Amino acid sequence: MVTLRERVLAAMAVFALGICTLPTRGSADPAIVYSVGGKFDGSFNESALQGVKRFRQETSADVREFELERDAQSLQALRNFASRGHVPVVAIGFNQASAVEAAAREFPDAPFAIIDMVVDQPNVASYVFKEQEGAYLAGLLAAMATQTGTIGFVGGMDIPIVRRFLCGYKLGAAASRKDINVLSAMAGDTPAAFADPVRGAELARSQIAQGADVIIQAAGGTGIGVLQAVADAGALGIGTDSNQNGLHPGQILTSIRKRVDQAVYDSFKSSAEGTFKPGIRVLGLAEGGMDWVLDDNNDELITEPMKSAAGFATEAIASGKIQVHDVVSDGACPL
Amino acid sequence: MSAGQLPRWVDYGLIPLLNLAAAFLVSGLVVLLIGENPLEAVEILLWGSLGFGEGVGFTLFYATNFIFTGLAVAVAFHAGLFNIGGEGQAYVGGLGVALACLALDQYVPWWVTMPVAVIGAALMGAAWAFIPAWLQAKRGSHVVITTIMFNFIASSLMVYLLVNVMAKPGSMQPETRTFEEGGRLPFLNDLQSWFDFGTAPVNLSLIIALIACVLVWVVIWRTRLGYEIRSFGANATAAVYAGMLPVRIIIVTMLISGGLSGMMALNEIMGSQHRLLIEFVAGYGFVGIAVALMGRAHPVGIVLAAILFGMLYQGGAELSFEKPAITRDMIVVIQGLVILFAGALENLFRPALVRIFTPSRVPAVQAG
Repeated sequence: MVTLRERVLAAMAVFALGICTLPTRGSADPAIVYSVGGKFDGSFNESALQGVKRFRQETSADVREFELERDAQSLQALRNFASRGHVPVVAIGFNQASAVEAAAREFPDAPFAIIDMVVDQPNVASYVFKEQEGAYLAGLLAAMATQTGTIGFVGGMDIPIVRRFLCGYKLGAAASRKDINVLSAMAGDTPAAFADPVRGAELARSQIAQGADVIIQAAGGTGIGVLQAVADAGALGIGTDSNQNGLHPGQILTSIRKRVDQAVYDSFKSSAEGTFKPGIRVLGLAEGGMDWVLDDNNDELITEPMKSAAGFATEAIASGKIQVHDVVSDGACPL
Repeated sequence: MSAGQLPRWVDYGLIPLLNLAAAFLVSGLVVLLIGENPLEAVEILLWGSLGFGEGVGFTLFYATNFIFTGLAVAVAFHAGLFNIGGEGQAYVGGLGVALACLALDQYVPWWVTMPVAVIGAALMGAAWAFIPAWLQAKRGSHVVITTIMFNFIASSLMVYLLVNVMAKPGSMQPETRTFEEGGRLPFLNDLQSWFDFGTAPVNLSLIIALIACVLVWVVIWRTRLGYEIRSFGANATAAVYAGMLPVRIIIVTMLISGGLSGMMALNEIMGSQHRLLIEFVAGYGFVGIAVALMGRAHPVGIVLAAILFGMLYQGGAELSFEKPAITRDMIVVIQGLVILFAGALENLFRPALVRIFTPSRVPAVQAG
């Protein structure tokens, strides 16, 4: 008992001496809770960080941040931020849904936002993305760029969000070329599957050996290895989540962006201006929530026909003429 | 340099305390290096983990996980086996808990579901330890290697089941439906009124964990099986010569160990999350190794070490919350230093202490 008792006594002594001054001051600055991947995951969370940075630059407001180490911390962090008066409190990632719901009930006057999941509470803004629409464009472009007729897909884990991406990719590829052969592989079944560039490179090399010459990554940090291996082999890669064109200029066909940064920025900005609206926002190509990047690094790779095909598909999806199958709500992928 | 050379209070009290002090000293230097005040950091850490009801609640919640996984590793230690598969055994144990809760929660109250869930968790965890145990006992395949491999197999199995078989339709999150009241262990807050744990999810599993501690003590030190386990661990050749059956001891020990790991899922699945989800074990199985090492494979030591690690988890979260400069990676560094000093370097101060505490005895021995 020595250890525990001594430490309790020490803690009490600290209080008695009154050194402990943990302020509970209120602050109207926004706060954000990143998911377990961490804000430098080179992917999903980092995209949210871009939104935070942009808001900081434009408003000089201070944004409080917290990175989860495990999901059990989520509710604590959200409550801490809400009780200190931070508005809004933004949670990144579907894992935090139940915590956001509980915190939103406890603080009915505080605005919350969550990315990638719907939380049905009157003070929560939910941002969800149609990843399948962005993936559709990626498949379309990959099928037009390939010389061999075989394209690849390296995902992180075999979970719904990655499957949705894979399905959109396959549909897009098949829409532009009937005989396309799509190889797919997942990096693993543990969280390391999204943080293992060596494994990503191995999988990419094996797909290249099977004839793939355009490979998309949907695997977070693992994808960095995919793009590296693809560049080393002289093939083409496709980036996701944030703009990865600059990683290997001239070797990355395009990047499919999921505008988490935009969602985070919007929620901060609307809250600062007093126009925060709870509810569900479904962001696809039409809403600018998903897009593909054309910049100095890849403009030589994207030909005119590819550009017009992508533009045509974007319009068709936005107007509802093409409905991209969503494995989460529509069931198994038709391909 | 055996334990017998030192008074018990030195062996079980002073040495862990010195190790801990050394770990915190080095951690303090690291905190200083990144430009924060180490005293303030300790203050936040202590306040965050023990300073208020909810902090205590979270500390005990994490400690519950560590008690189960620490006991699991400790039992295997006594037979000279190194069970690194706590992670996978707990993961599959979660399947046992979830099946019990999903089947019963709508029909019966929690106290009917609980024993079924406890048995389910222990059976599933034990089953996951059985094949490595059998391979070790019969084929000599090292249990360290096979249990690590079984952790990966457990991950793949659970992802497959949660995505394809047990998932709630139309959900992004690979998880089962949320259990009804009949599948939820009561929180300690609902069971008593003299201490308020706030919203911390500390629940009845803590009591189950403490009961498990007593049972492990009884089995290891007060039964014939325990005697066989300890004998086998101390000297396998002598144990076999004395007529003990190595195959039986290895398999039974690993089954107990796996069962204890599996029961960790009670706390997370039935006690807190109320649904089965991917990656709920999140490293508790591995930290159990450090807890068992630090607790000297004795239930009392394990409870204390588990509380310490619970404090590091909870206080660490508060620390990185209050001090953005101390990131969550820094917390991992501090935890790593504690494990290094308490586990790997546990004999660092022993030679010096032996020198301090033995001279008074030497004349007595000579006189004798």
